[in-house]
Amino acid sequence: MEELSSLAIGDCEDAELAYTMRDLPRAGHTFPGSEMPMMDREPDGSTHTHTPGTATFTRPLSRSLEPELVRRGQLSSMGSLDSPMSPSRPKSPWGRFDPYDSAEDQDKEYVGFATLPNQVHRKSVKKGFAFTLMVAGESGLGKSTLVNSLFLTDLYKDRKMLNAEERISQTVEITKHTVSIEEKGVKLRLTIVDTPGFGDAVNNTECWRTVEDYIDQQFEQYFRDESGLNRKNIQDNRVHCCLYFISPFGHGLRPMDVEFMKTLHDKVNIVPVLAKADSLTPEEVRKIKMKICEEIERFDINIYQFPECDSDEDEEIKLQHQELKGSIPFAVIGSNVQVESQGRRFRARQYPWGVVEVENPEHSDFLKLRNMLVRTHMQDLKDVTRETHYENYRAQCIQNMTHMVVRERKRSLCNRGRDSASDLPVPLVPVDSDTERLIWEKDEELRRMQEVLERIQEQMRHGH
Amino acid sequence: MSEIVPPEVRPKPVVPAKPSHVAPPSGAPFLPSPQGTGGEGRGSALLGYIGIDTIIEQMRKKTMKTGFDFNIMVVGQSGLGKSTLVNTLFKSQVSRRSASWSRDDKIPKTVEIKSVSHVIEEGGVKMKLTVVDTPGFGDQINNDNCWAPISKYINEQYEKFLKEEVNIARKKRIPDTRVHCCLYFISPTGHSLRQLDIEFMKNLSRVVNIIPVIAKSDTLTLEEKIEFKQKVRKELEVCGIECYPQKEFDEDTEDKSDNDKIRETMPFAVVGSDKEYQVNGKRVLGRKTAWGVVEVENPNHCEFSLLRDFMIRSHLQDLKEVTHNIQYETYRARRLNDNGGLHPINSSGHDTQESNL
Repeated sequence: MEELSSLAIGDCEDAELAYTMRDLPRAGHTFPGSEMPMMDREPDGSTHTHTPGTATFTRPLSRSLEPELVRRGQLSSMGSLDSPMSPSRPKSPWGRFDPYDSAEDQDKEYVGFATLPNQVHRKSVKKGFAFTLMVAGESGLGKSTLVNSLFLTDLYKDRKMLNAEERISQTVEITKHTVSIEEKGVKLRLTIVDTPGFGDAVNNTECWRTVEDYIDQQFEQYFRDESGLNRKNIQDNRVHCCLYFISPFGHGLRPMDVEFMKTLHDKVNIVPVLAKADSLTPEEVRKIKMKICEEIERFDINIYQFPECDSDEDEEIKLQHQELKGSIPFAVIGSNVQVESQGRRFRARQYPWGVVEVENPEHSDFLKLRNMLVRTHMQDLKDVTRETHYENYRAQCIQNMTHMVVRERKRSLCNRGRDSASDLPVPLVPVDSDTERLIWEKDEELRRMQEVLERIQEQMRHGH
Repeated sequence: MSEIVPPEVRPKPVVPAKPSHVAPPSGAPFLPSPQGTGGEGRGSALLGYIGIDTIIEQMRKKTMKTGFDFNIMVVGQSGLGKSTLVNTLFKSQVSRRSASWSRDDKIPKTVEIKSVSHVIEEGGVKMKLTVVDTPGFGDQINNDNCWAPISKYINEQYEKFLKEEVNIARKKRIPDTRVHCCLYFISPTGHSLRQLDIEFMKNLSRVVNIIPVIAKSDTLTLEEKIEFKQKVRKELEVCGIECYPQKEFDEDTEDKSDNDKIRETMPFAVVGSDKEYQVNGKRVLGRKTAWGVVEVENPNHCEFSLLRDFMIRSHLQDLKEVTHNIQYETYRARRLNDNGGLHPINSSGHDTQESNL
């Protein structure tokens, strides 16, 4: 059996259901009108390896199409007891996660595409995920330490710190570190984009320009790739999330913070973070968070908004969601050092007056941030980047190009040059050349008809 | 603000007593030497007790009566705890913020200079303390030359003093508004000095006594503190910045060794607080967090007490002297050279003479 080809566009995890559907194996029996082509029947229960992640089951050939009976409840109650196998049903590879696992489903006839989410999941897991995180803020706010703590890595092992004299002539740079992390079989290709030099000079006017240009460049790169011919292996380097570090030593947002966020809030998901929160007492944290939230509203900054909970979610999840929303900006602490106490080792900062634990929810919002970033909202961050920020950029780009095209055409029409199509700079967007040709032909026809008309008029005048 | 502070029973400051063999001053007028006065013992061989040492007591009495003034300037980005530290240093609400306690001040667009004066008394000694604050320093996006207003202010005070001095009809006690000490607050990044810090100190270390302090140092662990301090000291050295106490003004070896010890621990890593908490049955000034209480006056926690002892209990007079004898004289010499001599100005009592009480 042929191997499943990789999906047509982009990363696996970006794919929507439609793409998956398109590429499912053609083998097997396809019933007229059925949404999903039939899988191979394997009465003995073993699956072919040709289609990783697809369920196999049997269907009696003579039956008519059953309306879909997907029940959402089914999917969420995975982990149901192993149902007694009916003789015609092979052992499902999904095991616990088989949505058709409960006893009552054995008798009904399902099409079976409720396993699609599982299939997508399995494929994504095999291919791995990619995530690009940008960290921005003045130096000395603990960005690298936080990144190390978040992903339990040591990305900045041999960093050479410049002294003040060397830094006088330093401009804002963009550095990228990529690391592959694997956990329980799931691979994550994590890229951290750092911005050393940001906000360090005496005159910091427009120091965010470099950052803005970088983000635009990544969008442009993706745009070109997407419009190109070989779209199989596009590398997605777009920045999915930007953690902006706010200093705890001020009284809220500084002018530079406001400027940075206002410039970039339409291009990237900004998550504000209150750095080095262990220098503040709980009361101070509360006050400064309130101040920052108020200022964010006052200056109209669009930080990343969490998607709203569905109304039928559990109360507990809703509560968690509320808590998360109320914790912006996250007051975080990071540490590269592990401390041993009471038999366990954990990342912490040791002071003469106490030990601050990084992962203790009472000491900081670190856990909340990590959960948000990795466990609950990573996919949403990528979706918003793809659907909102990137689409905005793309629309802007195309609009600019269309303006160019229109201007060129106007200009060439003025010059009575009829072959306007070839004078235009070749845009990336494939202009429909057929319609162009039709327009041109029609124009010619009109011109000819006009000439004929003029001749007739002449004749008529002379005839009088 | 409370001007009369009940004199606490505080240990007498450790003043390096140079002549250690002298008997404590008796306070009474000197006893007549058995041989009578005059013509005795040339050089240092005293044959009896004259009582020259009582001059110290006389000076002390005089100072107590007249009091003295001390002007301190605090410079640093907003939010580094400058006002809190000054309040903690002088154990009373002496800074600008004390009046309104509102932390919602907007960041001013240019650096402003705001000074507040208080008279505080302790042990019968009155001190007129003036705190000069510099809101807006280093807070803008473009901080070029943000030290210019500060430099201007300092020079203006020198100019004022100079004018008074050069007058024909001089006042008995010229009101001293010159900045004796400038506390510069370094942000505790843990990496190194910021460019702005270096620029400021380069421009002003020859004009005023700068004492750098690491603000909000409860954000640094012990190792980070040591590393950071070393880095800062090294950078200051590399850039040729001399903070108070300047090496060149050490008068003798004793001074030098004392000051060397101080220089080794500078910049002081401080924490300020005006709230008190119970720790081990005592009430201490501190900051209470979820993992412990940071005690401000505990030398294991931070170096606030070192700073206070250094600045107030041992080197207060020295700060004033260096300002008067060196910084001011430099300014004066430069001015006189530039102008080819100043004309004495006929001051007709335009400003109210503020006594030093």
